[in-house]
Amino acid sequence: MTTVETAIGTSKTMVLNMGPQHPSTHGVLRVLLELDGENVVTAVPDLGYLHTGIEKSCEDKTYSQAITLTDRMDYLNPLGNNLVYCLAVEKLLNLEIPKRAQYIRVMMVELQRISSHLVWLGTHALDMGAMSVMLYCFREREEILKIFERFSGQRMMTSYIRIGGLALDPPAGWRELVKRFLDMMPARIDEYEELLTNNRIWHGRLKGVGYLPAETLIAMSTTGPGLRAAGVAFDNRKAFPYSSYEEFEFNVPTRTESDCFARYLVRVQEMRESLKIVRQATDKITDQGPIKSEAPGIVPPQREKMKTEMEALIYHFKIFTEGFSPPPGEVYVPTESPRGELGCFIASDGSPKPLRVHFRGPSFVNLQALPLMVKGQLIADTVASIGTIDIVLGEVDR
Amino acid sequence: MPQLANANAGVVIDRLRAWKSESVTQVIEYRGETTIVVPHRLLLATAGQCKTDPELNFDQLSDATCVDRFPNEPRFELNYQLLSIPRLARIRLRTSVSGQQPVIDSLEPVWPGANWMEREIFDLFGIRFEGHSDLRRILLPDEFEGAPLRRDFPVEGKR
Repeated sequence: MTTVETAIGTSKTMVLNMGPQHPSTHGVLRVLLELDGENVVTAVPDLGYLHTGIEKSCEDKTYSQAITLTDRMDYLNPLGNNLVYCLAVEKLLNLEIPKRAQYIRVMMVELQRISSHLVWLGTHALDMGAMSVMLYCFREREEILKIFERFSGQRMMTSYIRIGGLALDPPAGWRELVKRFLDMMPARIDEYEELLTNNRIWHGRLKGVGYLPAETLIAMSTTGPGLRAAGVAFDNRKAFPYSSYEEFEFNVPTRTESDCFARYLVRVQEMRESLKIVRQATDKITDQGPIKSEAPGIVPPQREKMKTEMEALIYHFKIFTEGFSPPPGEVYVPTESPRGELGCFIASDGSPKPLRVHFRGPSFVNLQALPLMVKGQLIADTVASIGTIDIVLGEVDR
Repeated sequence: MPQLANANAGVVIDRLRAWKSESVTQVIEYRGETTIVVPHRLLLATAGQCKTDPELNFDQLSDATCVDRFPNEPRFELNYQLLSIPRLARIRLRTSVSGQQPVIDSLEPVWPGANWMEREIFDLFGIRFEGHSDLRRILLPDEFEGAPLRRDFPVEGKR
């Protein structure tokens, strides 16, 4: 296997460096391409340009402090990262979350899924030369970011999902805001499909490109839309439901061709399914109700109580200085991020800081399949394949 | 709370014990998850059995993680999350290696997806995986010295 050190090519091949600064690598990804003319013989990804030591930093923080670090891994899915981490901590603590908080979590995570797929579609289309699609996708994504800003004060790094529930109550008028988005969005997705799905150039660039059979994908630990486009209907929201997903009705789109075009169709349909879930969530979420569990010593008390009651003040102080200590043990929580299985493994040693936090990032694992995908293809197809895996380097490198 | 198919755990333990009684040294049930502790010399064989046994059929390795239990020995605890897509079942295999000899068999022959996961553990913990096709650093620069995720490596780094 060609490694970075030995990538000097042979007399017939040439090694070309792609990245880490490159418009089409979707972040700081470096890929060494051994080329025979325009065809790729080997591709060797070189990672680590965005490695910031998040997992190590989490060990130095209390469990609640680490939430803000999780936003920054897969930065197109901060709410999903918050959720998987909080679910893992809540599992360690054996903490029940009120249904209303769970429904709001589902709604936010599905809105995040749509916004992530919009970025994917926009950038993928831009790579293929369909530049207008990018602007349309980002226009819709702007509406979702506005919703996040109303809820949490932040467009991207929301840290809205906290241990025990949510950071804040949904803002006044949130229902109208979300419903307005829901009413507008289906027609916009139809617009994207009108531009791309029956487009001959789109077919030419994507059909038959980046094909991998299902057995290979399963063996390479691929999950998410890449696996579902190969006919394997595996989705953690259905297989191992979390955060009340079992109460929502939605389909898991699959295709069988397992090429870039199939993955495109799967993700576009996933956007529609997410809209369904958000709509059901807006019906399920009551106007009044708890957004956090009642767990003194773990979940911070309401601010009004903290300002008037002595016990609440003491709990608040203890939680934000020392933190809480889950019992010793290990848990692994798998969730379905827009990219695949996003898992969080936490080992607790009974102290207020985690012993080990590991995030199983789908981008990292799915990217393993890239060298297999691009073998024998053209350089232009490499760009399509990198895009179709849908990687976010923050999650690849952590 | 996600159910990690506890009903499946009994099947896995029985089949593994029937195949080789010493493959399962300990079973830990916690928060609905089952962890099977395997002696490190039997890890590769047990993993292969988990994949090939038709009643177990763990066709995908979801995650491979290391926990540094310093200063306790054995120091490095390796956790492998297995997933059976046809049976929708999950289980965890755990083994430990000592700090003096942090070497273990690579599971890449069983699940090729273990490639980068093991490279990451090699990179950040310094554990060698015998039989790995391409064991070298993945996230840190090649010239980096040390294993930063070990507990005795300072979070600020060494410079």
